[in-house]
Amino acid sequence: MNSTVKQSKALVGSSSKADRISQMKGYWSRHWMLYVMLLPPVAFFFVFNYMPMVNILIAFSPNNVVLPVLETGWVGFANFETAFSNHIFMGAIRNTIMFSVLDLVVGFPAPIILALLLNELKFERFKKITQTITYMPHFLSWVIMGGMAVSLFSTNSGAVNNLIVGMGGEAIPFIETPVYWTITNVLMSMWRSVGWNTIIYLAAITNISPEYYEAAEMDGASRLRKMWHITLPGIRPVIVTLLVLTMGGILNADLSRFIAMDNAFVRTVSEVIPTFVYRWGLQSMQFSLAGAIGIFQSVIGMTLLLFSNWLVKKLGGNGFW
Amino acid sequence: MSKKRKKHYTKATTPGDIVIVILMVILALLCILPVLNVLANALSSPEAIMRREVTIFPVELQTQAFASIIGDSRFMFSLGWTALITVIVVILNLVMTVLAAYPLTYNSLKGRKIISFYMIFTMLFGAGLIPTFMLFRDLGLLNNPLVLILPGMLGVFNMILMRNFFLGIPESLKESAEIDGAGPMTILWKIYIPLSLPSFATIGLFVAVGRWNGFQDALFFLTAAPDWHPIQMLLYNITQNATQVDVASPGGVSVQQWGAAIRNAAIVVAMVPILCVYPFIQKYFVKGATLGAVKG
Repeated sequence: MNSTVKQSKALVGSSSKADRISQMKGYWSRHWMLYVMLLPPVAFFFVFNYMPMVNILIAFSPNNVVLPVLETGWVGFANFETAFSNHIFMGAIRNTIMFSVLDLVVGFPAPIILALLLNELKFERFKKITQTITYMPHFLSWVIMGGMAVSLFSTNSGAVNNLIVGMGGEAIPFIETPVYWTITNVLMSMWRSVGWNTIIYLAAITNISPEYYEAAEMDGASRLRKMWHITLPGIRPVIVTLLVLTMGGILNADLSRFIAMDNAFVRTVSEVIPTFVYRWGLQSMQFSLAGAIGIFQSVIGMTLLLFSNWLVKKLGGNGFW
Repeated sequence: MSKKRKKHYTKATTPGDIVIVILMVILALLCILPVLNVLANALSSPEAIMRREVTIFPVELQTQAFASIIGDSRFMFSLGWTALITVIVVILNLVMTVLAAYPLTYNSLKGRKIISFYMIFTMLFGAGLIPTFMLFRDLGLLNNPLVLILPGMLGVFNMILMRNFFLGIPESLKESAEIDGAGPMTILWKIYIPLSLPSFATIGLFVAVGRWNGFQDALFFLTAAPDWHPIQMLLYNITQNATQVDVASPGGVSVQQWGAAIRNAAIVVAMVPILCVYPFIQKYFVKGATLGAVKG
């Protein structure tokens, strides 16, 4: 109804004040409901994402957990200086980067290889079952992973050590010394994600035109050559996109993972930036110090994310938005 | 296409195929055996665990560890409580996600770009843990069970997913309904929602798994309200210190000795709900994981 009014006015070509008002009325009568719908989400983001930003000021204030943040005073960047002269925090930065790099080196190629293998599986039903089983670990929480780590790898009664001892070897402290714990942690993280991360590659593989394979078969190409020269180049854009986005998250660490797998013997490597913020901020009430670190991480994280998103688009892929 | 595929699969089986099958069987075993190990530990006698006899089969079968977990009222209450908040969060989240995503599919909506940016910016920059903690303190959310529900009502990522699902619905459906005089609410209710039920399942399941597996919020904000701890938080306390398990030890044996069996029984009980429903709902997750990658 309204649109017909609008159209007839447009046809006449008049743009008097009254017409513009009636156009506005038309717009609002069709769109007011949409704004009403947006109210709860907008309010939600305001409360849970924008309101905390006022409290960022704590990072520039003397540590005072009682006064409201606007009344505590101003210390400039002193809290940042304290943070960066704290050797535990510097260790946490080092550990965060170390785990990101290890995850990248070990965990990034694994799903690509697995996707290539799954794609080569001939037996549809078997393939489905394999996929269902390998996706499963993704749904286990890190707390459960932590419990599993103990029953699999503890020196006293872990299943793997039981096998090693049973074969006459000596038990290995898989989760009790920093170096072994690091390896165990990275491998368990890979175990948890490898199957799930094949999904995106498998989806990309199905988009490769079968004609390439047929042409290659006519030329007598072997299976490995087809994988190397057709499948892999076919999913290269996806690989590049994910690689760039993963590298953009180099300063991110999943707190649950490092809290749940943690134990007292390995703190030198298990302390990452979020666990440091949690322990020093919430447990030791060093709000200002932890708040400063939070800002540092948010700013670096945003920069890296924007940069990697820009790079992905530059390389011709789909960014985050 | 399907014909070609068929041809592909009826080709003779080569040694290469066998090698791949063997590799996949090994991989599948690697995924299953750790779970079996946890189950075996939960069902074996503490003495057998100490004697290093347990790998994937129970040794000296006992069910007391399970009995003491199932008989523990705190653990069972936490299971029910977690199930309840999971259902609540899923419903609230779906409603909020639709409310956020649907209006943004209208190109004619004035301010659409600004509102999108307002929402997506929260993905880019977060205030961090301490400012959030201070806000929750001021809002009275600390040690308040609502803290497990309210902050999880909406996520930007799901909003983008849902918007992309909606954008996949032909615009012409919307236009012809508008010509018939239907308002946004009617169009949403009569066209978009019925066509988006699979995407609701996908997003709802992501949210459900996240809530079921989550414990960070309890760790940060419910330190003084252990009664409201979700199951993973309880499990975290149990796995962190198996000797301080709150559950009653089965008749006459020390908790210390039973730690491993009880811990593993607790893990199994917390794992079961997900493992039971997972194979049936897997396809929805897969759909979500692939759609998340192709954002507009």
